[in-house]
Amino acid sequence: MLFRKLLAHDRGGRWFLAALAAAAVLVPIANLVVPPGSPFHVPTFTVALLGKFLCYALLAIALDLVWGYAGILSLGHGAFFALGGYAMGMHLMRGIGDRGVYGHPELPDFMVFLSWDALPWYWHGFDRFWFAMLMVVLVPGTLAFVFGWLAFRSRVTGVYFSIITQALTYALMLAFFRNEMGFGGNNGLTDFKDILGASLQARSTRVALFVASAIALAGGYLVCRYIVTSRLGRVLAAIRDSEDRVRFAGYKVEHYKVWVFTVSAVLAGIAGALYVPQVGIINPTEFQPLNSIELVVWVAVGGRGTLHGAALGALAVNYAKSVLTVEFPEVWLFALGALFVIVTLLLPSGVSGAAAAIKRLAARRLRHA
Amino acid sequence: MEPDPMAAEAASAPIFDPASEAPDLRRGWILYLDGISVSFDGFKALDGLSLYVDAGELRCIIGPNGAGKTTMMDVITGKTRPDSGVAYFGQRIDLLKLGEPEIASLGIGRKFQKPTVFAGHTVLENLELAGAPRKEVWRTLRARMSGEERDRIDEALAIVGLTEHAERPAGTLSHGQKQWLEIGMLLVQRPQLLLIDEPVAGMTRQETEATAELLTSLAGKHSVVVVEHDMEFVRSIARKVTVLHEGRVLAEGRMEDIQSNPRVVEVYLGE
Amino acid sequence: MSLFRSQRRSTPGRGLIVTGLVALLVFAKASLASPELGAALERLGTAKTYEDRLLAARSIAESGHPDALALLGDLLEGRLYTLRSDGRVVVAASIDRGYAIRDAATGEDLGRVGRRDVTRIGVNNQLRSSLRALIATLRLEDENESRRIAAIEEIGRSGDAEMIDVLADLGAREESDDVKRAIETAIAVLRLDSDDRKTRLAAIDAVSGSMSGHVRMKLTRLAGDESIDDESREAAMRALERIEAKARRYEILSTIFFGLSLGSVLVLAAIGLSVTFGIMGVINMAHGELIMLGAYTTYVVQRLFPNAIEYSLPIAIPAAFVISGLVGIGIERGIVRFLYGRPLETLLATFGVSLVLQQTVRSVFSPLNRSVTTPAWMSGSIEIVPGFALTLNRLYILVFSLVVFALLLLVLRRTRLGLEMRAVTQNRAMAKAMGIRSDRVDMLTFGLGAGIAGVAGVALSQLTNVGPNLGQAYIVDSFMVVVFGGVGNLWGTLVSGLGLGVVSKLLEPEVGAVMAKIVVLVFLILFIQKRPRGLFPQKGRAAEG
Repeated sequence: MLFRKLLAHDRGGRWFLAALAAAAVLVPIANLVVPPGSPFHVPTFTVALLGKFLCYALLAIALDLVWGYAGILSLGHGAFFALGGYAMGMHLMRGIGDRGVYGHPELPDFMVFLSWDALPWYWHGFDRFWFAMLMVVLVPGTLAFVFGWLAFRSRVTGVYFSIITQALTYALMLAFFRNEMGFGGNNGLTDFKDILGASLQARSTRVALFVASAIALAGGYLVCRYIVTSRLGRVLAAIRDSEDRVRFAGYKVEHYKVWVFTVSAVLAGIAGALYVPQVGIINPTEFQPLNSIELVVWVAVGGRGTLHGAALGALAVNYAKSVLTVEFPEVWLFALGALFVIVTLLLPSGVSGAAAAIKRLAARRLRHA
Repeated sequence: MEPDPMAAEAASAPIFDPASEAPDLRRGWILYLDGISVSFDGFKALDGLSLYVDAGELRCIIGPNGAGKTTMMDVITGKTRPDSGVAYFGQRIDLLKLGEPEIASLGIGRKFQKPTVFAGHTVLENLELAGAPRKEVWRTLRARMSGEERDRIDEALAIVGLTEHAERPAGTLSHGQKQWLEIGMLLVQRPQLLLIDEPVAGMTRQETEATAELLTSLAGKHSVVVVEHDMEFVRSIARKVTVLHEGRVLAEGRMEDIQSNPRVVEVYLGE
Repeated sequence: MSLFRSQRRSTPGRGLIVTGLVALLVFAKASLASPELGAALERLGTAKTYEDRLLAARSIAESGHPDALALLGDLLEGRLYTLRSDGRVVVAASIDRGYAIRDAATGEDLGRVGRRDVTRIGVNNQLRSSLRALIATLRLEDENESRRIAAIEEIGRSGDAEMIDVLADLGAREESDDVKRAIETAIAVLRLDSDDRKTRLAAIDAVSGSMSGHVRMKLTRLAGDESIDDESREAAMRALERIEAKARRYEILSTIFFGLSLGSVLVLAAIGLSVTFGIMGVINMAHGELIMLGAYTTYVVQRLFPNAIEYSLPIAIPAAFVISGLVGIGIERGIVRFLYGRPLETLLATFGVSLVLQQTVRSVFSPLNRSVTTPAWMSGSIEIVPGFALTLNRLYILVFSLVVFALLLLVLRRTRLGLEMRAVTQNRAMAKAMGIRSDRVDMLTFGLGAGIAGVAGVALSQLTNVGPNLGQAYIVDSFMVVVFGGVGNLWGTLVSGLGLGVVSKLLEPEVGAVMAKIVVLVFLILFIQKRPRGLFPQKGRAAEG
């Protein structure tokens, strides 16, 4: 079966998916069935938090695909995440209807506040779920396609590429901060009421979103696995190692890069779309350059080029962040900065790589013993 | 001379279309250069170079540094455009009208001095990537190795002597083995003409000997042009040797004749 | 309706009086004994009629006392009172339910009194206009040239045609060219109101170069005045057009100056990066924080020596160079050194350093912005031509950045260190073989780039808020400037920094500051894709990635 083939040589991946499946079953039970008094109960707040982490993990996998496997370091992937988030946000905003503060049946509150009298053309269609989902895929995908096409065709690589992806996300942040753009300005989109008819505050909805995130993460993982185990994946790895040689072998390197960059952006957009209903808000700070760089640290810590490593790195770092920002808020940025330095200096292959290296070391010791 | 027998076989997923792009070998030569001149900023790298290579031949090109050997290869593969002269692949194909990728797809394979194999991939994967018949993105995603591809890869492995090492990461090969792998990567593309630049630089004695055998075995089915400095090696493989000097052919003939040619001696010793 | 006409009706021969006064004052200044201010004030205090008060006021004017002008102004505004108890004249400021008074003659603070303890020295309209004339006259005699000019301009605005003769008279005696020009303009402005067509036309012609808002207003009124002849109206319109064209030219010059100023800041910020990125191929994401440290150094210097603000910048510049330079060397020795040849890892590691530096500053100082004062010698502006002024701080910074650039160029071209730096960049192995200690050179190069960043921070502290996020605002811009100009090319950095600054500022009035930034960023993104090597690509090797 395809499933088995994809995971054949992927011990880490098998464990990862198994754990994910277990969580997808146990967490809902622990929230909906287990009574609140019990120590096994998982509060709804935690369900949402875990769901958020799963979205981050999917985003990390998306970056690992382009970075770990194709060698393209994008420092602006947060932009695709945010664009997917905004598409979902726009749908949820339309879903508020006349239950907003100003009670306008068509215009969201912030538009009424700005004295606009009609819905801008680019908001039309977002009241329908299928359309919004289409946009979640198309908008980040198209941006990635165009940007990648322009960049890769001009042979912009390496650090230059990384810098302009930073500029891209920075420019988008500035743009979305402006009220005139019609995306809520610096307040963003928020005060969502329900999704597909179910109230966002209801426990069952939160659990459903959590499960959906887990499914998306598993699906994304398998898609990426399919790509990297195929011949295309081998070409990407070759591009990462010696791009010129691949070109010389007759491959259109630019086409491959644009392709993988676009696929990765779509995955990031989906992650963003699942993220927004669980945190209840999307605003321009999601575009900030720091977010995209933090995302790189998740992948670096977990181990790039392993997919499950990236996901684990995302989970671990964000868990640490949520703990530290509550207990020792000042320490978090120090810790993050130190993490960057340590991971690049000492653990170039991340934690997964370190674990693998330790295993090899141990195996060699055993052989020589 | 009859057309290349391999061309008919490669009909299923061809690198080039045998019907229209196979070189016309009726005159016997596969590569024809006449009066090629190239200058870079006033420096004449090639000065009216004329030579031709017969189909199936194994030709060695020697000459002191700066003689124009690499530039000549660049002109043939389309990397550099000459200021004057003609270059033909077979009777009909004008190389000067084509670009690098087109020339590569015609069946002219070049191996550079430094081995550039994909170190992170296995030998088999290297050959798979090089020999893939269709290299477009979507095809590559769903590609599964056909029996025919596998045969070609096995054949190449056998020719270059790397069959036992098929599953090893290319980065762990010795220098010589890497060079052979690269030749193998050219072979899977069923080239007509192989241009090989200094293959034995940095090889051990045994590796050099094995390379000599390899190249000799390639002749006949393929046409091979080898640029080299190592005289021992040249002597061991050469039938016909061309000496380049200052962008022009200085002498041509069998190795013994070349070595006793006073002009050649002067050029080599006088430098 | 012209003021000129109404004045004439209420005070006949006022012009004569004023001319006479001017003569008197000149005489009074020349004479050995001037009437005492005290005596004059006494007369004012005891005066019963408005005429007496006017005479007393004249004596005050003639006294030549430095306070005379202020006191006359106080009298005009109704701030002079007599103290009931002893009849002294006092200056009173109203505070709740009473007055704070001081002695008019001596200035001595006399404390507070109640409403009923003082009587105001009243003035009527006639006295008021006489007082105004007196005050104007006094001002005209002021020793300070710019105060004289201010007084002349004010008279021009007053529309008081009687003063034309006074001004003409003054002009005849004046020595300073600037003052004479001001007088001519003021007379012309006054003549704009003339009923005589010829005078009016001549006056319009005379003011057609003036940038004063008052002149423009008068010309606009003239152009729209149906009651005067067409020729005058057309002349007025043409004069207005000329003035507006001139204003637009100055506007553009001003925008270019601002653009150069912004550009010079970008150059300062980017030039250190050009050294580390261009010469060493190292991506230093902590560059912005090195700038920030320089800005904070200025703050600390000013806190340490609060009485020497004037010297704070000359102290802060070398201090910032050293501090940022040392931090830079620390980064190089501790981290970057191990990551040579791996630019992406360097980018990430230095990004971590930037976070740590930001958080350190936040913890040590505070997350809020700190205020840095501008020394007096850098405040204010200089006027190139009337209507066009350049702010001093920006001018200094522009010059400063060019000086820094020149110094850096000098270091690279003429010093031993510069030679070694260039050698190591072009061919490290050869350089080492020739005995150059390449790791020492790396360290010093990085330190140099960092030190310059620190110095840039000192300059920035004068233009913007100093806070922990200062670096973040400039890091993306600095990289874009370096990449746009051509990595490793200092001249490229200079041209691209100045150019981008000017272009941003030129765009701003059209689309707003934020949009201008976005447009520039998008342009740079597209440009890099067309020409990845920048405007002036370097022939050697840079970070190929």
